[in-house]
Amino acid sequence: MRDFAELFTALDRTTKTTVKVAALSEFFKAASDDDKLWTIALLSHRRPRRTVNTTMLREWAAEAAGIPLWLFEEAYPVVGDLAETIALVLPEHGDAKDVSLSEWINLIVGLSSVEEDERKQAVTNAWRRLDRVECFLFNKLITGGFRVGVSQKLMSRALSKATGIDEAVIAHRLMGDWTPQNTTYDDLILSGDVNDDHSRPYPFCLAYAVEDDVDALGEPADWLAERKWDGIRGQVIVRNGEVFVWSRGEELVTDRFPEFHALAELLPDGTVLDGEILPWRDGRPMDFQSLQTRIGRKTVGKKLLKDAPVILMAYDVMEDRGVDIREIPFETRRARLEEIVADAAAPVLHLSPMLEFDDWQSLSAEREQSRAHASEGLMLKRRSSVYHTGRRKGDWFKWKVDPMTVDAVMIYAQRGHGRRANLYTDFTFAVWKDGELVPFTKAYSGLTDAEFNEITNWVRRNTLERFGPVRRVTPVLVFEIAFEGIQNSKRHKSGIALRFPRMRRWRRDKPADEAGTIEELFGFLEANAG
Amino acid sequence: MLRPARTCCLQIDRVSQMALLEFTDRGIYCRRADVYIDPWKPVDRALITHGHADHARPGHGAYLSTEAAAPVIRLRLGDIALQTVQFGETRTINGVSVSFHPAGHIPGSAQIRIEYKGEVWVVSGDYKVTPDNLSETFEPVRCNAFISECTFGLPVFKWRPQVDVLSDINSWWRDNAADGRTSVLGAYSLGKAQRLLAGIDDGIGPIFTHGAVENTNAVLRSQGLSLPQTTQVTDEQQKKDYAGALVIAPPGALGSNWMRRFPKASTGFASGWMALRGVRRRRAVDRGFVLSDHCDWTELNEAIAATGAERIYVTHGYTEIFRRWLEERGYDARIVETEFRGDDLEEPAEGERTSA
Ligand SMILES: [Zn+2]
Ligand SMILES: [Zn+2]
Repeated sequence: MRDFAELFTALDRTTKTTVKVAALSEFFKAASDDDKLWTIALLSHRRPRRTVNTTMLREWAAEAAGIPLWLFEEAYPVVGDLAETIALVLPEHGDAKDVSLSEWINLIVGLSSVEEDERKQAVTNAWRRLDRVECFLFNKLITGGFRVGVSQKLMSRALSKATGIDEAVIAHRLMGDWTPQNTTYDDLILSGDVNDDHSRPYPFCLAYAVEDDVDALGEPADWLAERKWDGIRGQVIVRNGEVFVWSRGEELVTDRFPEFHALAELLPDGTVLDGEILPWRDGRPMDFQSLQTRIGRKTVGKKLLKDAPVILMAYDVMEDRGVDIREIPFETRRARLEEIVADAAAPVLHLSPMLEFDDWQSLSAEREQSRAHASEGLMLKRRSSVYHTGRRKGDWFKWKVDPMTVDAVMIYAQRGHGRRANLYTDFTFAVWKDGELVPFTKAYSGLTDAEFNEITNWVRRNTLERFGPVRRVTPVLVFEIAFEGIQNSKRHKSGIALRFPRMRRWRRDKPADEAGTIEELFGFLEANAG
Repeated sequence: MLRPARTCCLQIDRVSQMALLEFTDRGIYCRRADVYIDPWKPVDRALITHGHADHARPGHGAYLSTEAAAPVIRLRLGDIALQTVQFGETRTINGVSVSFHPAGHIPGSAQIRIEYKGEVWVVSGDYKVTPDNLSETFEPVRCNAFISECTFGLPVFKWRPQVDVLSDINSWWRDNAADGRTSVLGAYSLGKAQRLLAGIDDGIGPIFTHGAVENTNAVLRSQGLSLPQTTQVTDEQQKKDYAGALVIAPPGALGSNWMRRFPKASTGFASGWMALRGVRRRRAVDRGFVLSDHCDWTELNEAIAATGAERIYVTHGYTEIFRRWLEERGYDARIVETEFRGDDLEEPAEGERTSA
């Protein structure tokens, strides 16, 4: 696995895409086919089936390191990663004979059929043979989650460089429902016939955020605008009389959305639509929590289907009667989409409405109305744009509304992780209700290190009570909390739940008794109910 | 020469009404001698372990430090009433014997030993047991009570030998130089910067320094420390002068406008925290080199054992965890809540000001 460890180190050390692409393509030129296939799989979030649970790993690691389990458990949150914690506490080894990546993976996969004793033997033996980076990677093979900043786009570019095959073709071949067990490097990359996998999705076209002034986009007449829906990006495929639903995270989620199964008969064969999966009732989206309950379940019961029914808010079409139409202008694709949606006449298939506008100013006013339409802003798409593979600057933009804010009082503080394990960074905030402070959200990001330092000092001097890692503090510090969404919640004492709460700034100028109220928060709820 | 800790237990109990050192909101205090050690609020008399900003603070009436630490303390605090002692020299203050012993953390850094009627307490300050070819090598001091920092007091911190890390830095610099890139290495301007300078291969290319580093270099050179030739980065130089060069700068400078003068640069950062991948990634530097001026896990445990102390006070770092670990090993271990924190914990740390 030395070559894979070197590749990983090279990728992990740099943020420069050119360096990453070079390291990857070198690896793809030299490695064995099995190692290449597994590397592609691992970097696209496919991993071998888990055969060892993490509780066992922790116990074995503590034992092998000669430390008590509690100490291992204390060190883990500081490091923030289990595979790394294990690699760090174990004594360093690693001059044994090299074993290839796919051989280690086969060993791990083979552990499913053996007794626990033998499993422990195999894993601790491996630890003794690997150096620190290899040991970390070996643990990652078990626990999953390689995060080395290699996007599909980057990997496609590297594979394209190593094989000479066009980048967009590679990107398409990498999509879909393959695993290293059901394909080979040859079939997937080299000879990969895209049509032999009916479920294979297209790479999603992604948008950039409007950064400065929307005027910079040029002539309003060149653009089409629609709402930016707040659900799950989904791709619905009808081929060979079958429906496949893909999420943006490249997960096949067909079984979770039985509502769409009827589309097999209602849409023409060879149709691929892009849109937003939204929980929908009475002609408008329901809150995001309803969708969360749908995503969480593998099987969807009758009650859930009734409580949180979904629709597809369609906004693009990539394949029409079996023909890939991603290269024709958006305006033309849109016209075709309108026909397809009308012909299907399916209650679960909606057309994302176009917004009329003559100038940016009137569109800006429309954007202000976003929350009333349960959307998070607008999408702007150039009329002439093709359906890009991934993110390409210049054609698709998201133009979000400003976050909602409330001033809140810090009442609890908890220490952070990693480098911040010594700082108080995780806070609970409260607003006023009938002269009392009620907690309504937690937040841990948005301040500078200098501010966290200062607050940590303050927390130490202003602790009223300790509960394990949490300290109740004198309720005097006020922070502006920004958030993207708000909704009723039975689980929370305050009766509300926020989406993406964070600290926008420390309101040193504001005394606690001038902080916000629960009525203010309920006010947002009503305003959003439109 | 010092009697084993065990025979002193009775004495500790007898004086427990008034411990030799107390922990006050101004810092560690010896009431009998009426002196504070590394106090963080103004006091009349302060004993200073070393010149880092979280230990040597302005505003005290009188200071006492080692002669080796004094010039840097003066550089940082200006015109203060500072007296000095040699390592190992004993001063008697109100019947209390006070002496300074090498802590191996940075040049001049000391552990402070306090003795009264046979009872010995040692305040470690910041310390590192492995020699670095620059600082006075750490000397274990036997004592009854040891106040130890534990910045890296977790079993995930285990340092590789300095020579290996320096060799990594050399190859990084050499590779960059071959591509015409500038290697900008972030390191605290007092201690780490000079340790790097003293250890790297100065034959690879020219070495430039940020003003904060160069000021400290000048002071340490005048004390007789041998450092390779360095040039301070100023507006006089042209961009092409930096091709292939190594630049040593305080960490804060790395993310600032100051970096604009190096159009083609690779960045590195040398710190014990670089042992953690998450920290390396958040730092957003090209290379993290694991090099610390503190003890790692193994060294902390060995150093504490070598004092022979039964009572250990832990401070600076993972105190709660480390205290519990020590207690399980049979020590009477307690936490000192202080207002000073570990060296590398903050950014900028050690009072680094990039404008300095
Ligand atoms: Zn220090
Ligand atoms: Zn310190």
